[in-house]
Parts: sequence; structure tokens; C-alpha cells
Amino acid sequence: MALLTARTVSPAASVSGRTSLSSLQRRDRWVGVAFVAPQLVGWAAFVAVPLVMVVWYSLHDWQVLTNSFTFSGMDNYRRMFRDPSMHDALVASGIFSLGLVVLNVTLALFLALMLNQRLPGSTVFRAIFFSPVVASLAAWSIVWGFLLQNHGGINGFLELVGIDGPNWLRGGATAMLSVIVVQVLKGVGLNMILFLAALQVVPEELREAARLDGAGAWRVFRSITIPLISPTILMVSILTVIGSLEVFAQIAILTAGGPGNDTTVLVYYLYQQAFIYHDFGYGSAVSVLMFVVVLVLTLLQWQARRKWVLDET
Amino acid sequence: MARRSLRIWGLALAAALTTSSLAACGGGSSASGQPEKPDSPVTLRMTTWTSDETQIKTFESIADGYIKEHPDLVKDVKFETVSGDDYMVGLTTQIAGGNVPDLAWILESNGPEFVKSGALTNLTPYLEKAKGYDLDDLLPNALDLWRDGDAIYAYPFSNSPFGVFVNTDLIKAAGQPNPADLVAKGQWTWDKARDISAAVAKTSGNNGLVIRDFDYTNWENLAEVWDSWGAAPWSDDGTTCTMDSPQMVEAMTWIHDAIFKDGAIPGPGTDVDFFGGKTAMTVTQVSRASGLDGSFHWDLVPLPSGPEGHVNVIGQAGIGVLAQGAHPDIAANFLAYFTDAASAKKLAGFFPPPRQSLIKASTLKKSNPLLSEKQLQEVVVDGVKDAVTKPSHPNFAQIKETTRIALDDLWKPDADVKSVLGNVCDQIAPLLKD
Repeated sequence: MALLTARTVSPAASVSGRTSLSSLQRRDRWVGVAFVAPQLVGWAAFVAVPLVMVVWYSLHDWQVLTNSFTFSGMDNYRRMFRDPSMHDALVASGIFSLGLVVLNVTLALFLALMLNQRLPGSTVFRAIFFSPVVASLAAWSIVWGFLLQNHGGINGFLELVGIDGPNWLRGGATAMLSVIVVQVLKGVGLNMILFLAALQVVPEELREAARLDGAGAWRVFRSITIPLISPTILMVSILTVIGSLEVFAQIAILTAGGPGNDTTVLVYYLYQQAFIYHDFGYGSAVSVLMFVVVLVLTLLQWQARRKWVLDET
Repeated sequence: MARRSLRIWGLALAAALTTSSLAACGGGSSASGQPEKPDSPVTLRMTTWTSDETQIKTFESIADGYIKEHPDLVKDVKFETVSGDDYMVGLTTQIAGGNVPDLAWILESNGPEFVKSGALTNLTPYLEKAKGYDLDDLLPNALDLWRDGDAIYAYPFSNSPFGVFVNTDLIKAAGQPNPADLVAKGQWTWDKARDISAAVAKTSGNNGLVIRDFDYTNWENLAEVWDSWGAAPWSDDGTTCTMDSPQMVEAMTWIHDAIFKDGAIPGPGTDVDFFGGKTAMTVTQVSRASGLDGSFHWDLVPLPSGPEGHVNVIGQAGIGVLAQGAHPDIAANFLAYFTDAASAKKLAGFFPPPRQSLIKASTLKKSNPLLSEKQLQEVVVDGVKDAVTKPSHPNFAQIKETTRIALDDLWKPDADVKSVLGNVCDQIAPLLKD
């Protein structure tokens, strides 16, 4: 009875308890807000406001030197759809992204599978493949620029084995291939580590069970490994697609968009319009289009996950 | 709540726009050529392409002299380097961002764009008012790019002629005639330069003739060659394309053959530096002599002659006052001091001046110890006379890129020169009229 009495709470006390709990919740909420505030302020200042401003600028004819900023409505967007160079830039971006994503994801997965075998020297190879990720992008591109010269290191090596190498950065197809491969080698290490981390948590007993059921190596890979690492494949794909559409420094350093405009991808085209031709209004419209393209591609991948990513159906 | 958020976003946008607009609106320039005294002395800012510490120190010493004379106008002048190929990008980004410098170093190819756009302040009243400025001392054609009617919009402080640096060790080893001897005999032609270069490339495996900074991208540097054929990319008034003229076709055919038939000019996709010692000769400006380190014997000779004889070519750089800057009248007054006869003498140590009184081999020798008076006389003093300036146009940025894209078809062994140049004209004709 004493125990019962002690545990009995009067209605008034209960109300007061709820009140103090609610005040605690309120205080927690403000503490939470205080924690995220610096990030939120940074996001607002460096992401949200510039994003809104770019849309605003894209509706104007903005000539920097003449200091004229006049509202032009959808003119920049209409011009974009008539501009043949814009079409070329979209095609170049498409080829670059497709080549980069396919090569990067495939190679990263292959390397991760090899390293997951825990063969002797795995640690050294892991470091070798990852080291370009931490190298300066500009330095990486400059070094590759020298290697890919007509009489550079790559062709010098090919000559040793009796092959007359092409002028890599001056031919349309080879220039695009070169910038794709240079970018793949720069970024493949990061995706490889992500895949390796995913592979290392695939339960060995599942693979063992599949083997006992008579599954071969390919079947185990296809039906056990791939589904279990599919969330990582999704994440890697999304990040690589976004990264591929943002490529700039490599193009600027290796090809400057050439030969012709074969490697003038969307970001480089945007740079040309805004910063070389000083047409910031049109450049802003191109950047809005780029934002929409990235958003749509990311949403498409996100929607498609239900069909092939484990636990997302 | 939604309305309130919208209002806040609207305010943020308006605030940002107002800030940028206010920043973009500077003070006006004075037609009297005399700046109004500010409430307190101001700080001026000038963007410069050079990062050379000695040159910057010279700029600062001239600025110190001005501050001493005008302590009520200016308390400090800051020289900010935006170096490299992206100089103009850096400058226009500063302007777009509302961080407009008071003065700027402007490259000749962008000169007409800045002059015609109204981005620069008219300097004429300030230069005319400046004590002992002596505008008549300026070379007759020096201001062509930088004026519109009577209004002068920038001072061309650097008038650097193009010459040919030759590696006499490589030329001698290949058993070829010394270019200086050919100059003396009046036989220094582009054909001779090509033959010597091809022989060096063939016998030693080194590089032949390099048009510096061309790199199969900056095609305007080929003017150093085609000017001797009497060719030009467009008409004098800048409205008609002449890239497909018979003179240009002939000049470009010569260049194409020198690359792909004779092997005299290193082909596309090859990075070559004369100053490394593995190149027979390079066409460049005199100021590049600082790259020579004494590891090989060299000489400096004038540009060779072509079918139309010898043509002097110069590259220019100007300094202008940005109309959108915060203190255009004070900046213009400072620029008049920075480029007057006394200051021009100091600047002449690094940049061949546009003043006739200072273009003397003996004066230039003091600041160019690597070059002999003979070299300076032949290449610099004689080189600025009746010189043609590298191509420029009010719409140069777009024309340059469009031409670069179209010309890429020329840099292939089997290119049809006439048809490629015809295509260049098709592409740039509308831009010339813009």
C-alpha cells in the first residue's frame, strides 16, 4: 500500500510534469537549432541565396562592362534552345558523363572485388589507387597534359612497344577519351573504397550457403553480392553522375574545350559565356539548366532504386 | 507562414541586389580634369597582370611620390596581381561582383571592347591638365586602340615589339647560317627562318621555329607572321572578315606547310619552350629575355621579311580608369601622374614606352642588361616605328573563341587551307557586325 501510495501521482502533479517535459522539449529544440544554425546560415548564404540570384540573373540581359542590367524575361532561355553550341555542349556532356560513369563504376567495383580477396600486397595497391583522390586536381591535370602530348610520355611508351600513338588531345574522339580516362583515374579510388567497405560487410555465410546450393562464382556475385551492395552502387552512381556534370578544371587545363568544341561540356560552356564573353545573364540561364539536369537525373536514379536496390522496394 | 517566408526571401534578394547595385555605382568623373577633394584621403586599387616584384615596387614608388604630393586626395595605392591567362576573367569577375578596381591593366586584344563599352573614364581632360605631361611626345599610332575620337581611355604604357630569339648553338651545330648575318645582308626572310629551323629539327631532333604563346589556341599571335604577307583577319573598320583573303590564304598555307611538310614549326599537341635550350628560334617580345639563363648562346634579331617586306609588330598593354570604380576622378588624376614624362622614364625600365623621347637604345640598355644596344636599336627602337598592333576588336573574346574552333580544322596534315579559312569567315562574319 505504501508502495502504491508512493507511486500514485496526483492529477495536478501530472499536469506539472507534462508542462516541465514540454518546456524541456522546447529547450531541446532550441539547442538543436543552435547546433544546426551555423550550417544553416552557411547553406543559406552560399547555396540558397546564390541559387535564387542565379535564377534572377538568368531573366536579365547583364553586360558587365557596360554596367547594364535589364529585365529580359525568358529571352535567355529561348536563346538557349536555338543555340547550336548549346546543343553541342549537351551532347559533349552526355558522352562525358556516360563514359565516366560506366568506366568509373565498373573499374571501381572490379578493383574493390580484387582487393577484397585479401591477397598479399592489397594494402599497397589500395594506397596506390586511392592516392590520386587526394592529389590536387590542377596538378593532376597538368601532369597528364604533359603525358598526353604528341611526343609525351604515353606515346613514348607506346613507341617502345612499336605503336604509333595518336595525338591524344588534338583528335576529337581521343581528346574526349583522354579527359574521361584522366578523370576516372583521379576519382576511381574513392568509389573503390566505398565498394570495398560494402563488400566487407557482405556475410560470408550467405555466399557459403549459395555455394553449397551449387551456385558458381558468377551466380554468387550476381545473386548475393550485387543485391547486398546495391545501396552503395546507388550512392556511388548518384555521386559520380553529379560529379561528371560538374567537370571543369580538367577540360580547362587539358583541352580548353577543343579540338573544335568536341570537349566543351556544359560547365565549360557556361564558363565561356559568363566569364570569357562577359554575358552573365545567358551564363546564368545555362547554369539554371544545368541545375535542372542534375536534379532530374538524381531524381530518376532515386526513383529507379525501388526496382533494383535491396530493401528499397 | 508561407507568405512571411516569401517576404524574407524577397528582402534577402532585394538586399543582395541593392548591395551589388550600390557597389556597382561609382562616383562620376570630372570634365574639368581636376578631382574634387574627398572628405578624407582615399585608397586606390589597381589590378595588374604582372607579378614581378621589381615591377610592382616601381609602381609603388611612383605611387608614393603621388601620395606625397596629394596627401589630401590619396592615402594609399594598392597594386593587386591577377596573373596568367585568366587575367581578364579575374578582372571582369571583380567588376561583376561589385568589387570594381579603380584602375586596371588592360591587354591590347580587349582594349577596343573596354573603350567602346564605356567601361573606362575619358582621360583626356586629366592628361591635358597634368603638369608637363607632353601628350605630343607619344608615338603617333600608340593611342589608336585606346581612343574614341578625341577621348583617350587608356595609356598604352607598354609597346613591346616582337623579335626573334635564336639559339646560335643549335643553328651552328646544324651548319646553318647565322640569322644576324642574314639580317646584315638583307636576306632575313621567313623562308630562311623556316629552312634553318627545319634543318635544326631534322639534324638534331630538337625543335625548329616556335611562335610563342600561339599553342594552336591563341591564333592572333600568328599576326607576327601574316603581317609580312599583308594579311589581316578583318578590315580596318572591323566589320568585314578578311581571313579568306588571298594574302591570308598564302600566309596560312606557308604556316601549314612549315608545320606539316617541312617540320620547321612543332606540330599541335607539343609543348615547347625556347628558353629550355632545345629550340632553334622563337618569335616573342623582348621582355621575355628575362627567361634566358646563360645555358646556351643566343641572339635577338628583328622579325623576318615576307612577300610584303618587313613589318614591325607590337603588343600593347594599357592602363585605364574604370568608370564604375569608387573614385574615377581621383584615379584619373593619379594615372596622369603615373604616366607623365618623369614616371614614364621609370616604367621604361620594364616596358618599352610610347614616348618618342624615351625610345633610345641607351635608355633601354640600363634596364635590359642582357641585351646589347645593337639588339635594342634593331628590335625595339626600330621595331616600334610604324608598327602594326596585334589583332583586336570590340567583340574580340567571342571572335577569338569562334575562330579558334573553326581553325582547329587547319591543324591537320591534309587540311584544305582555303576552305577552312572560308569557314572561319562564315562563322565570324555575324560577330564582326555585332
